[in-house]
Amino acid sequence: MKTETSAVDINRNIGDFSYDVTHAYDAGTGLSEKTIHYISDVKQDPDWVREFRLKALKTFLEKPMPTHWASKDLEAIDFDKIRYYLSGGTQAKRTWEEVPEDVKRTFERLGIPEQERKFLAGVEAQFDSEAVYSNIKKAVGEQGVIFVGSAEGLKEHPEIFRKWFGKVIPTGDNKFSALNSAVFSGGSFIYVPPGVKVKHPLQAYFRINAENFGQFERTLIIVDEGAELTYMEGCTAPKFNTATLHSAVVELVAMKDAKIQYITVQNWSANVFNLVTKRGLAHENAEVKWIDCNIGSRLTMKYPGVIMKGRKARGEVLSIALANDGQHQDTGAKMVHAADETTSNIISKSISIGTGRATYRGLVHVPKHLKNCKNNTECDALLINSTSRTDTYPAITVRGTGNAVQHEASVSQVSAEQIFYMQQRGLSKAQAMSLSVNGFVNDLVRQFPMEYSVELKRLIELEMEGSVG
Amino acid sequence: MDENWRGNLPQIAARKTGKSRYSFVPLFMNELNIQNLRVEIADREIVRGLSLTVPCGEVHAIMGPNGSGKSTLAKVLAGHPDYHVTGGAVTMDGENVLELEPDERARHGLFLAFQYPSEVPGVTIANFLRAAVQARMPEGEELEATDYYAKLYEKMELLGMDRSFTSRSVNEGFSGGEKKRTEILQLAMLEPKYAVLDETDSGLDIDALKTVAHGVNSLRGPNLGILLITHYQRLLNYIVPDHVHVMVAGRIVRSGRKELALELEERGYDWTREEAGEMAVR
Ligand SMILES: Nc1ncnc2c1ncn2[C@@H]1O[C@H](COP(=O)(O)OP(=O)(O)OP(=O)(O)O)[C@@H](O)[C@H]1O
Ligand SMILES: [Mg+2]
Repeated sequence: MKTETSAVDINRNIGDFSYDVTHAYDAGTGLSEKTIHYISDVKQDPDWVREFRLKALKTFLEKPMPTHWASKDLEAIDFDKIRYYLSGGTQAKRTWEEVPEDVKRTFERLGIPEQERKFLAGVEAQFDSEAVYSNIKKAVGEQGVIFVGSAEGLKEHPEIFRKWFGKVIPTGDNKFSALNSAVFSGGSFIYVPPGVKVKHPLQAYFRINAENFGQFERTLIIVDEGAELTYMEGCTAPKFNTATLHSAVVELVAMKDAKIQYITVQNWSANVFNLVTKRGLAHENAEVKWIDCNIGSRLTMKYPGVIMKGRKARGEVLSIALANDGQHQDTGAKMVHAADETTSNIISKSISIGTGRATYRGLVHVPKHLKNCKNNTECDALLINSTSRTDTYPAITVRGTGNAVQHEASVSQVSAEQIFYMQQRGLSKAQAMSLSVNGFVNDLVRQFPMEYSVELKRLIELEMEGSVG
Repeated sequence: MDENWRGNLPQIAARKTGKSRYSFVPLFMNELNIQNLRVEIADREIVRGLSLTVPCGEVHAIMGPNGSGKSTLAKVLAGHPDYHVTGGAVTMDGENVLELEPDERARHGLFLAFQYPSEVPGVTIANFLRAAVQARMPEGEELEATDYYAKLYEKMELLGMDRSFTSRSVNEGFSGGEKKRTEILQLAMLEPKYAVLDETDSGLDIDALKTVAHGVNSLRGPNLGILLITHYQRLLNYIVPDHVHVMVAGRIVRSGRKELALELEERGYDWTREEAGEMAVR
């Protein structure tokens, strides 16, 4: 079967390509108030945004690194050597034809126009820190859906933007959310009006393309009462020698009876620090579902969360992490129950290859005064080699009567006998490995949109190819 | 001591081809040939100078007491990495099998129905077999899904398997009999040149035994050589072998026609052991 129609045509070899792109704006390396002013000037930020950034910078500088519980590897990040803002200086584009030629070449290598034709209702692709290509299919626009870059969102739709911006994830949530709040650029702003069910998934495509350049996109999605949206985000980064920092903040707001599904498949190159804060707020009877697939990067720290604020709200995190040689995937979920009859579900699967390490951290919080809340947590780890590592840190506090929690964890290994059996049927060792790994994640992947499961399968194959000698 | 023993390894001979040109082509027997094979595991010699030839188109049965090395032989033929071949040769249609990777051997036409098949969690039979069939196709060629499923369903019917099995994970939670049937389904789908069936009959009830035997018999023909490892004469009533060999302590100690199996059933293995012992003394 050919997978030409996949949503995110990610190939490691392709992802490692980079073309020269001329940056009209470059904030230089290092971070100070001057950097913030530079960014705000270039972006022509409203005053309230400039102030928001400056306050966030203070918070960032004051906050310690979370190294008391997190990987010591974080200390390897040299904040003075990072470029916090680069821009091609181009405006967001509506059609492919308007995209500059050099930018287009990179996108073509990544297969973007292809996908757009096949699956997508609208594309918001981020190139470096500015959205240079954005396209909303007519139908979506006609329904009153707003789908723009965050910079445009805060200027053109301040009445909605300001109301929710920084409310789900406050600046001081953690050091990296503060950093993002100070220097954010790019990302999407989406608003879906009441009752509108967006049929096709909306998609953004992120890519880092400059050495030592941190990407700090900021996404805010508000789905109004009874409306529904699926959003897809895919990432690749070209390979560079020096570490690259990616620190995004994604806030979702699902109003009463609304549904949001946010899907990420990322395939960072092995030198990227990927420190992302993602959280959704679910009002009464609303549903927020994170599908999160983490492949690649040097260190990923990401724990998508849902705050179930209204009665009968539902939160779900389905995640897959693949830690290859030398990589650390520190992922998990946070479920905060804040109303009666709220339910949450976490299914996490991790694969560790070679010296790869997968860590699961799960926070489930149900306070004493709540009734009839439920959580189900399942985390399964698969170890490929004897040098592979996995750890699980569940932090479950469930109090009160009538609240139920269920937690299952397993660690398994691909056995030599199993590989031999598969080889005896004619599959190479790498094929056998990738089929086994795909088998391990299969029941979870089945719940993903078709095009994503196909893509994920291919990504896993690519990873396994490289890992078997 | 082995009536199937053939002295010579592949020969090269000049043969006239279509046009008036001569080219060298190997002149080998179409056979799976095992010569004086020695195998060790954990410093213990398990196969101790075993020779055996299975010509394409024939069915050979191996019988022998527990622990005599039958499964070891089967796995060594398939290239299991735990076993060390310390001597001898194995060729398949003249090709040196021992220098091939397990998956290459499989793609070159060797199939092993395991005594204890592994589970492959999360991978459905349909997907697994599809990958295996695809792996045998020339590069760049895609397996046609409709053809594949047509064949799969046909073979399942032959083996009395319900179609719902295709969506179950390979061997996961299968009963002993279901596992064995699935092995034969794979055999039928992959169409090898030589198949080693390691105790495919054990764990099968009498009806299942008949169905599986029927399945194997329907695959019998000039293009398939079968090495059948079994403990029971019963199976040989349904899959009638051309030859029967007795394996004791890592060697073939006796070979004969299908009647030998009956004799074994009556007299057990002791007498073959004695004869083998005598031979060793001589
Ligand atoms: N992986 C292994 N490690 C150690 N010893 C082994 C291993 N595999 C086989 N052996 C030993 O080799 C000998 C032969 O085993 P094998 O499984 O080949 O016998 P078999 O003839 O197939 O027996 P059965 O009829 O019971 O299936 C046994 O003594 C067994 O314990
Ligand atoms: Mg055995």
